[in-house]
Order: sequence, then C-alpha cells, then structure tokens
Amino acid sequence: MADEKAILTGEHFLKGNDALAEGAIAAGCRFYGGYPITPSSEIAERMARRMPLVGGQYIQMEDEIASIAAVIGASCAGAKAMTATSGPGFSLMQENIGLANMLEAPCVIVDVQRGGPSTGLPTLTAQGDMLQAHYGSHGDYESIAYAPSTVQEMFDHTVRAFNASERYRMPVFVMADQAVGQMSSRLVIPPAQDIRVERRSVPTVPQDQYKPFDSSQLVPPMAIAGAGYRVHMTGLTHDDRGYPATDPNTHEHLVGRLVRKVRENEKNIIETEERLMDDAEVAIVLYGSTLGPAWQAVQEARKEGIKVGVLRFITPWPFPRAAVERVSKNVRAILVVEHNLGQMVHPVREYASCRVQHLGCPGGRLITPQEILRDLRRLSA
Amino acid sequence: MNIPVAATHHPRDTLLRSERFPHIWCPGCGLGIVLRSYAEALEASKTPLAKHITVSGIGCTGRSAGYVNLDSYHTTHGRAIPFATGMKLANPELKVAVISGDGDLTTIGGNHLIHAARRNVDITVLLVNNFNYGMTGGQFGATTPHAARTTTSPYGNYETPFNIPHIVAACGAPYVARWTTLHIRQLRQSIERAFEVEGFSLVEIISPCPQGYGKKNGYAEAVKEMDHFMRHAIVDHDADLSKVGITMAQDDPIVVGNFVDKKRPSYAAGRQEVLARKLGGSK
Repeated sequence: MADEKAILTGEHFLKGNDALAEGAIAAGCRFYGGYPITPSSEIAERMARRMPLVGGQYIQMEDEIASIAAVIGASCAGAKAMTATSGPGFSLMQENIGLANMLEAPCVIVDVQRGGPSTGLPTLTAQGDMLQAHYGSHGDYESIAYAPSTVQEMFDHTVRAFNASERYRMPVFVMADQAVGQMSSRLVIPPAQDIRVERRSVPTVPQDQYKPFDSSQLVPPMAIAGAGYRVHMTGLTHDDRGYPATDPNTHEHLVGRLVRKVRENEKNIIETEERLMDDAEVAIVLYGSTLGPAWQAVQEARKEGIKVGVLRFITPWPFPRAAVERVSKNVRAILVVEHNLGQMVHPVREYASCRVQHLGCPGGRLITPQEILRDLRRLSA
Repeated sequence: MNIPVAATHHPRDTLLRSERFPHIWCPGCGLGIVLRSYAEALEASKTPLAKHITVSGIGCTGRSAGYVNLDSYHTTHGRAIPFATGMKLANPELKVAVISGDGDLTTIGGNHLIHAARRNVDITVLLVNNFNYGMTGGQFGATTPHAARTTTSPYGNYETPFNIPHIVAACGAPYVARWTTLHIRQLRQSIERAFEVEGFSLVEIISPCPQGYGKKNGYAEAVKEMDHFMRHAIVDHDADLSKVGITMAQDDPIVVGNFVDKKRPSYAAGRQEVLARKLGGSK
C-alpha cells in the first residue's frame, strides 16, 4: 500500500506534468534528480516543492547526464528514484540508461516529448523519441515504456512505471509529450489503500551465499548499498557475482537474461486498449496524445458508416505484437497515427498481416480529426 | 632460532577481493599503493565497513572499485561523482568515496567535479593523476603537461593542463590535498582526514604510469618517475594554489600538502538550514 500521508487523495484540476509528479510520489518515489527542460519543467518544480514534505530528496544536477547518474546511484542506495526530461535531455541520458539496465537498477525516466531533432520545438508537442526509448542506448536491451493519453493516465501510468521498474529491476520510461504534459484536466487520486505499490525484492540469504546477478533467477533480489552484502556492480559484462568477465559465454548469459526478463514477462507487462473493434474493418493504431483527435475522427467516421475502431498502446514497449497480429487479421487496414514521420509504424508493419498506412506529422501541432477522417474515408472506399 | 613474522596482517585479508587477483594494472603502476592507502584509511575509519561505499568511473583507476571488498560500483566514464552524489543523498549514513583517474574525473567528468565541489556534497574523491589515459593506450588528456609526448600528441602536447587543487579549492571544497604515491604515510593520513571532513573532500594522488605517460617521456621504468617525484616534491601545506600546476619539468617542483582544511556547510547542512527556516522542523 502507498504512503497515506504523502498522497493527495481526492479530485483535482491539474496539469498533466503535475499529475505525473503526484503519481510518482504515490508510487513511493523519494528521490528526484533532474535538470530543467521545457516542456517537462513543471515536474521538477512540483517535485522540488513536494519532496521535502514527504521525506524525499530533490536535487538539481548540472546536466541530464548527471541527473540520470544520480538517479541510478540513489536507486542503488535503496530509493525509488526518477528524473524527467525532454528530447535533448533524453539523448544525453542514453549512455546511463544502458548502465541502469546493466546494474539492474530500478528507476523511472520521464520524457515529455517535444519537436526534434536537436533543440527543435521546445514548447510544442511531438512523439519523435519513441524508437529512442527502445534503441537509444548502445547494445541489446529491452524496454518498458508507458504512453499516457490523459492527465489521469499521467498519474496512473507513473505508478505502474515505478511498479514495473521495481518488479523487473530496470529503468522504465514514461513517454509523455507536451500536449498531455501541459494540458489541464480533472484528476482523481484514489485513497492510498487502492494504490498498488511494489518494491524490489531484497536478499534474505547470508552474505556469503548471495550472488547479486544470480542467473538462476530471471530477476535476482537486489542488495542495496550499505546493507552489508559487499556487492560489486559494474557496467562491464559480469558474472553472477558481479565480477567483470570478457568471454562471450558470460556475455550471452547476462545480456540474454536482461532481455528475457522483459520478453518472458510480456504478457504481464503489455497493456492495450481497444475501442469499437468488434465490427471494425479499419483499425487506428495509436498511443499517447493522438487519442483525442483520433477518437473524434472515429465518432465522425462511424456516423458516415465507416466501421473503424481503435487499438491503443498503453505500453508501446515491449511492443504489443500479439494485439497487432490479432487485430490485423480482423480488419482490412490499419492506420497508424502518430506525431512523427514514421516510428511505431515500423513494428506495426513487422507484425500486421493487413495493409498498414501511416498518418504522421513531425510535431509542432496535433494531427487533426479532419486529417484522420480523410484517411479513413480513403481506406474504407 | 625464532624467525619473526614480518607481517601478521595485510589490508587485503579483509578489504580486498583477493580472489580477483592478479589485478589488471601494469608492473610499476602506482594504483596498488593508492588502493592499499585507501584500505588502511578504511581500517582506521570509525564508520563501519558496511557503510563505506566505493564508486569508480572508467579507466585504470576506475577498476579500483572492483578490487575493494565493500559495496562497490563501477559506473560510466566520467559519471562516478554524480552517481555517488545520488547515493549519498538517498542514504546519508553511507560514507561514499569516489576513486577514479584524472581523465575520468577532470576531462570527461570535469563538469561534475566542479559542481560537486561547489555543491559540497559530503563525499570523498581520490583522484589519481598519472598525466594520461592509461587504459586506452597512453593518450593525452586535461592533465598532460604541455609538450609531453603521448600516443595522440606525437610531437608534444599543444595544450596546458588543469591545476586540480586550484580549481577544486576555488569551487569551495573544504578539503583539498595532493600527495604522490611516494608519500604513503601522508597519503593514508590525508585519506583518513578526508573521510572526517564534512562536505566535499579531494585528494589528488600523483602516480607513475610507466607504460603510458612514462614510456614516452623518459620514465619507462616506474622507479624513474618515482625518483622524479622524490627529487621534486616540496611539502607546502600553505602553498599559493594558483602556483601548484604540475609541469614535470626538471626545474619545476611538484608541490604537495594538505592545502585546504576548513569548515564550510555541506549540501545537507545547507538544505537543512533552508528547510528549517521555511518549513520548520527536520525534513
């Protein structure tokens, strides 16, 4: 159960970024290390105000590289820790995202996406970091990412992101965007007893029997710094004791397990939502802030007799391939709607057995219901 | 005849992961001396060993974390200090030491070094300076003396190096010292003192690198570089830090000493003071 005193149970009218911060606190986050960046700064501002009030630490680091490093350090010392950023900061964090995967350090990284590349459109929305959330750091790894579509989901998904990070001992992403981060809307924060909060498992065996990276378990218990287990953790390829090794077998063993802990738990991690799919002949596939315009377009299209439904990725990563495979068997076409010039459409094409069309823009604005409707009319003609 | 036992105890018995030996360091490297000095300071520390944490970055010195039998974290290149910062804030009971090299801490990680000194987070940094990147094959970095030859400065280094104690002191660090691997007693005592200081403490340790910097600059045998340290080291605790940059020239000294040892509110104390004023009570 969540910490009752820290949770602002009740109805609120809040910005998405503020809702996200409250979700983090409800999930038990007590360490925030960050660097201000538009359009995520409201998260840092709220955490700066709230952390001292709930017994947590807010530290503003010198850049995003330091922010994520501090977050991983705090996590290894036992804290539930997070940072929030936008595209340029997310790029700077990529190397240490690999470290968090290698150390198996739970943490949550929020990317309130804006138009890119480079400085791009600091104040305007985009969904251009979606593939980066899976492939941004070097080497093989799997990702878990949530894509909130509403202010309520900024709260709810952040709680789930913390739970997933603790359960699987890995960094988890909340891939929000400027539109959902800075929109204001009703938020209901449930009572503490209704918020499920998970914590990483810690070792119970004596120190001489503990192996921090015990490969007989998919997710080994994590000894935190100062607990007396004298662990060694390294970003180098390491054996079950955490000691560096340079042979291909150890590497395959370790990286294989890191990948398997997501792949073998896909069914427990992946979440999707389907709307009006029972009789649909066309499916709109989307995630995050495209839900609003798409849902409006679906309602218009239905009035015109176009049988269209929605498949929404709540977790774009791991990729909801089973849902895409299933839906694509029942429809004539899929329209992927996203605020980029073609990202999540690629894995959709990999798994879909029907025609897949893309409707995107590089950000700076929301795709309009009219644009979506236009494509739906063409697809159903 | 009784043969006296020369040593009944070595820090490696309990404080080093001897099962990982032999270590990766070259013959003549100063890092063994650094590790031993750290281990001896740990033995003298009042903090229980379970609360002592070692954090390293990348490079030869970065491998230190792998050899200490403590909770130890080998992080990414240049990022040991912010990692240690997060760790210390999340659990103030921990005694967090960063052991890493000059390339790691002053070149790729230089931004974090100055901010940690300014912020005055209560961590200890042992910065081993061997004037070059050893692990990658002896390239120049931000500490390589002007005109020194390295594998990427074949005609001599165009640049001038950082004066580390001067920078770190200017950023407000309450404890700044420099010793060479020849000054083993002073080094150990300095690390012991650094553990006790409230706030950011830094000990720069000048160390020979026969295979890297040494080979190209007349110190292919470690003893020659140690001999240079011996002939040129001047202990001056009150030195003008603007003048303690190291050139390794035959007519320039290597100034060593416990340069700064002062009281200055740590990050935690500054935070507590502000929060108590605004919110009242302990936060």
